[in-house]
Amino acid sequence: MSKKTILSGNHAAAYAVKLSRPDVISAYPITPQTPVIEKLSEFVENGELNARFIRVESEHSAMSAVLGAASVGARVYTATSSQGLLYMYEVCWWAAGARLPIVMGIITRAIAPPWSIWTDHNDILTLRDSGWIIMFAQDVQEVFDLTVQAFKIAEETSLPVAVGWDAFVVSHTVEPLEILSQEHVDRFLPKKKIGGHMLNFDDPFSLGNLTYPDDYMEFRYDIWKTQREALDIISNIYEEYSEISGRAYGGLLEDNMCDDADIILFMMGAASGDAIEAARLLREKGLKVGVCRLRVIRPFPAEEIAKKSERVKMIGVFDRDVSMGYSGVLATDIKSALKEYGVDVPVAEYIGGLGGRDLRVKDFLEIFEDMDKMARKGVKFSRKWIGLKEKYIGGVP
Amino acid sequence: MSGIFKTFPYQEYILKGNAACPGCGATLILRYVLKALGHRTILVIPACCTSVIAGPHPKTAFDVPVLHIAFAASAAAASGIAEAVEQIGMRDVNVVVWAGDGGTVDIGLQALSGAAERNHNMIYICYDNEAYMNTGIQRSGATPYGAWTTTTPTGNKNVKKDLPMIMRAHNIPYIATLNPAFPNDIYSKVKKAKEIRGFKYFHALSPCPPGWRYDSSLTVEIARIAVLTGMWILYEQEYGDFRLTGPSRNLLEKRKRKPVVEYLKLQGRFRHLNDEDIDRIQRLVDDKWEEIKELLESNKINKK
Ligand code: SF4
Repeated sequence: MSKKTILSGNHAAAYAVKLSRPDVISAYPITPQTPVIEKLSEFVENGELNARFIRVESEHSAMSAVLGAASVGARVYTATSSQGLLYMYEVCWWAAGARLPIVMGIITRAIAPPWSIWTDHNDILTLRDSGWIIMFAQDVQEVFDLTVQAFKIAEETSLPVAVGWDAFVVSHTVEPLEILSQEHVDRFLPKKKIGGHMLNFDDPFSLGNLTYPDDYMEFRYDIWKTQREALDIISNIYEEYSEISGRAYGGLLEDNMCDDADIILFMMGAASGDAIEAARLLREKGLKVGVCRLRVIRPFPAEEIAKKSERVKMIGVFDRDVSMGYSGVLATDIKSALKEYGVDVPVAEYIGGLGGRDLRVKDFLEIFEDMDKMARKGVKFSRKWIGLKEKYIGGVP
Repeated sequence: MSGIFKTFPYQEYILKGNAACPGCGATLILRYVLKALGHRTILVIPACCTSVIAGPHPKTAFDVPVLHIAFAASAAAASGIAEAVEQIGMRDVNVVVWAGDGGTVDIGLQALSGAAERNHNMIYICYDNEAYMNTGIQRSGATPYGAWTTTTPTGNKNVKKDLPMIMRAHNIPYIATLNPAFPNDIYSKVKKAKEIRGFKYFHALSPCPPGWRYDSSLTVEIARIAVLTGMWILYEQEYGDFRLTGPSRNLLEKRKRKPVVEYLKLQGRFRHLNDEDIDRIQRLVDDKWEEIKELLESNKINKK
């Protein structure tokens, strides 16, 4: 049976990994990821987890080691943050290109300089175009749930899967959660089948060899196609999991009061909790607002997002990241989804919370009120940084 | 020569139609290596000539499975494979990195050092053609003093990095140098390494006709003279026990070695050298042999 307990986000991930029975784990320490790998080392050394733990000398090697292990059919896990992800970035693309089912936890942390160990989402979003499936948790329970599901998604799609959660706010915050029993996880995630494209001696092929312009594009198309098909694969796995766990998040998006909303705010991560709280408070005052939380960033749930936006007066996008020279990363994709499905709705973009800048319910109250004001005035578009110090406010649109 | 001609397995693992240049020293070595290791061998190959020699998709020039991997990643990827095969119960697998000198002494050194220190059960072979040949003969950390390359058009001003000696500092069970003119030496060293558990490092001189500027018929001859002049020293170190092998055993005395100019004059890449340069190279070689002498001495003391 499931067990109720209290854990930090990082320890929840470690328990989820242990229950998923990986064969090989490899990682390099970086704040705030360290409790994940410390806990896993403990599990391996005390015999609770029968796996190899490779304590590599860099993140580049961490990803390379799990890639090598996956290439012969091992189930593998690694975790990192920020600079670590950037350092292994080359091999992340290699993992997706080689179609290897690697699962990675990304404890999101701002990118230096200046040094910061606190959360924002620019690190994980650098994987956006790589072929990795990207999911994002809001709280400790969801870190656990997504991590278990990630192994199944990776193995069914032959693609690597990243599970993100916010530094400290989730990684080091202890919350109550429910942990599945080993029997439950075993049933959900059977022992890994060794696929036909794993290195073997009966058909000694070359994995990743030179392709001429005659062939390369089909490799890319295959990844793209699987990513698009993964929208259904992920939804089905989510459903299967929620039957076992009794927890339903709503699929690719988590809908919070969006059904009859006039204004919807799209966002991801821990701060969604504050936004949802703000929406509740405003509903009490009669303002019909909702929060739609993105749980999957790649493949991008464009259709679902467009559907949610069809009958509202205005949508907002809150980005805890920024694409320099343009808008927030999520905003870029969401606007494109609206166009794709012919949804003509005013858009308000907000960028904030970078480098761990505090986000509170009050910030989201202001955001919703700002959107309400703009909707009344008929403003079609706006882009704002929120939470900046006084003297930085105003200026460039 | 050892005088004993070993019978090599008839089986070829490097297939016809591969894309190596005629006279490629590296491919000769790989041929002997694979004969010694047999078909349960997984090759991990970073960016290097052999990424091309392996042939384009969907074909393969090797009769063993190959994981191609990013330039700096080969030793780490192989360490993942080495742990995985044991964990998932694949028995009797040789996990082998086959990397060029750039991928070893330069961009791959960190991962190599890490994998060696962790002592995974794997073999790492650096085929050293002394420059970035695949990209068009640019200087690497393994390019010898004086050599012309496309990025050292007036000759390399730096001295070759001695990687096997760096590997000695990692306390790994087995280290050896290889040379394609001495296949028996290659075969027996690789056979020996196959039976040793832990990290095994090989450094192989790999003459390269287009990169070294010589006729492709001379590969074996140049490789042989590299040993006879003492430019290339054949040795092995097994659990700390260091010894010379092959013809190098008889070359401790300077007078027994041919002058380095005999090696240099065969190659276009050294054509521009003046007497002073040649003297410098001779001194570098003589100094290296003094180091080897000291090593052998301390080895004797340790054994006592
Ligand atoms: S360039 Fe040199 S090392 Fe590369 S394949 Fe040709 S001969 Fe071999």
